[in-house]
Amino acid sequence: MSAAATLYPLQNGIGNMVRNLFPESASLINPVLGVIALVILVSSLAGLLILLERKVSAHFQVRLGPMRVGYHGILQPLADGIKLVFKEFLKPRGADSFIFYLAPMLPLSATFLLMAILPFDHHLQLVDPAGGVLYVLGISGLTVLGILLAGWASNNKFSLLGAMRSGAQMISFEISMALIMLLIVMVSGTASLREIVLSQQGLIFDWWIFKLPFLGILSFFMYLIVSTAELNRTPFDLAEAESELTAGYHTEYSGMGFAMFFFAEFVNMFVSAGLATTFFLGGFHPPLIGIPLIDGLLNAIPGFIWFFGKTFFIVFVYMWFRWTFPRVRIDQLMSLEWKVMLPANLLLLMMGAVFMVLGWAG
Amino acid sequence: MKETSPKESLLEYGSRYLRKVVTGFYSLIQGMDITLKYFINPKTVITQQYPENRDTLEMFDRFRGPLSMPHNQDGENACTACGICEKACPNGTISVLSTKDISGRKVLGKYIYRVSQCTFCGLCVEACPFGALAMSNDFELSVYDRNELTWVLNKPQATSQGEC
Ligand code: SF4
Ligand code: SF4
Repeated sequence: MSAAATLYPLQNGIGNMVRNLFPESASLINPVLGVIALVILVSSLAGLLILLERKVSAHFQVRLGPMRVGYHGILQPLADGIKLVFKEFLKPRGADSFIFYLAPMLPLSATFLLMAILPFDHHLQLVDPAGGVLYVLGISGLTVLGILLAGWASNNKFSLLGAMRSGAQMISFEISMALIMLLIVMVSGTASLREIVLSQQGLIFDWWIFKLPFLGILSFFMYLIVSTAELNRTPFDLAEAESELTAGYHTEYSGMGFAMFFFAEFVNMFVSAGLATTFFLGGFHPPLIGIPLIDGLLNAIPGFIWFFGKTFFIVFVYMWFRWTFPRVRIDQLMSLEWKVMLPANLLLLMMGAVFMVLGWAG
Repeated sequence: MKETSPKESLLEYGSRYLRKVVTGFYSLIQGMDITLKYFINPKTVITQQYPENRDTLEMFDRFRGPLSMPHNQDGENACTACGICEKACPNGTISVLSTKDISGRKVLGKYIYRVSQCTFCGLCVEACPFGALAMSNDFELSVYDRNELTWVLNKPQATSQGEC
């Protein structure tokens, strides 16, 4: 445990208050409070991101976006939610009921599980497993599983095809993702997300994106590309290429079944941006530049605001990608991963190791 | 992959590969530059808030609304009742009903246009050799009775605006 970790113990005011008031049952109450906070956070994030996506995409494409419901369409997510709740959730004839109803829950639960370990602030993190990176990689597999099961259980050729394609896509890009995370684990010497953030303490040049000479920026851009593919977003949204597959794996889902996939997809965008912030952009650390006056001001802003600011910036970049680039073909996508990203990542990892040995990093 | 000839050395291959990566990224960044310019200039937005701005609404010249037949001040149009537009229309939207004037010349009696069948393709306007047709900018076309969508485009000189 580094000095920084002891400086900021993983406790916060509310937890301590509960511990003081109810010393015996605190270990029960605190997790419940945490889960409630998580549910509120995820649902409000889903609404916010849906509105944001529409507005941002509209302005990129010289449109206005939703304007009718509330001021500049602010209540639009609410209206969408009400519509989705009242829509009937139909199951196609011959579909496997159990798996059909189970499938949409898996991506959503993966989202919740990932949100639980994101370090929002020094003392705002639900749990901090020592193998956080491993946990992230394992849990994101649940999304793939949900998508594959949805396609399989729908009893529909197009759904199955879409599920297979997006399964192949997500699994292959997960390899590159793991290698990039491995690079950061290697240079920071820890696999816990909190420790990774704390290892970037100091000036802005101590963030991994700048601290690793040249490699940091390169791997950050590669992370952006790989995570866009992992999120099934344009230019890699082959999972739902509407010209070939109508809607891909969720063709047969309506009402809340569709909404679950949809929410998971949007909140996953936030999670993935949060991981980028954690790994490369110094997490909740303010961008200090070494001038005491400005640094004092920056330090006065609470850490979670920095975290959300950086994360939403990356979310904006994802949206920017989405509404600028045309979709790639499936063979281009696969050759991008297996012929470009994977060799480049292996090379990057080796160079990272060389840097470590020469003592240029960390 | 035809472009990779077997004679290409590793160095050539590597440089081509790197060039591809660099130019690829450059073109992507060009695209993002364009969209960012749109994003930070809300003035570029071209969507209009339709029912609110009905009074100030401006349609574009090339907008294809229902067919119209321009008339001059004397209430005359350029149509010679040749029927080319009727033949050009793929949907049978137009019926040119000709009649004879006092001197026995064939003139236009009623120009019947059924908006409900029209796809606004503009083929009739292209086909007319006399420039007697145009597409108007009107688009508020909904009515409660289908019969109201059968229009007579020419102004009958003597009689009242005719029913069909
Ligand atoms: S616009 Fe097309 S469909 Fe309409 S009347 Fe002319 S030719 Fe027929
Ligand atoms: S509108 Fe033009 S094409 Fe049609 S009948 Fe008249 S002159 Fe002929």
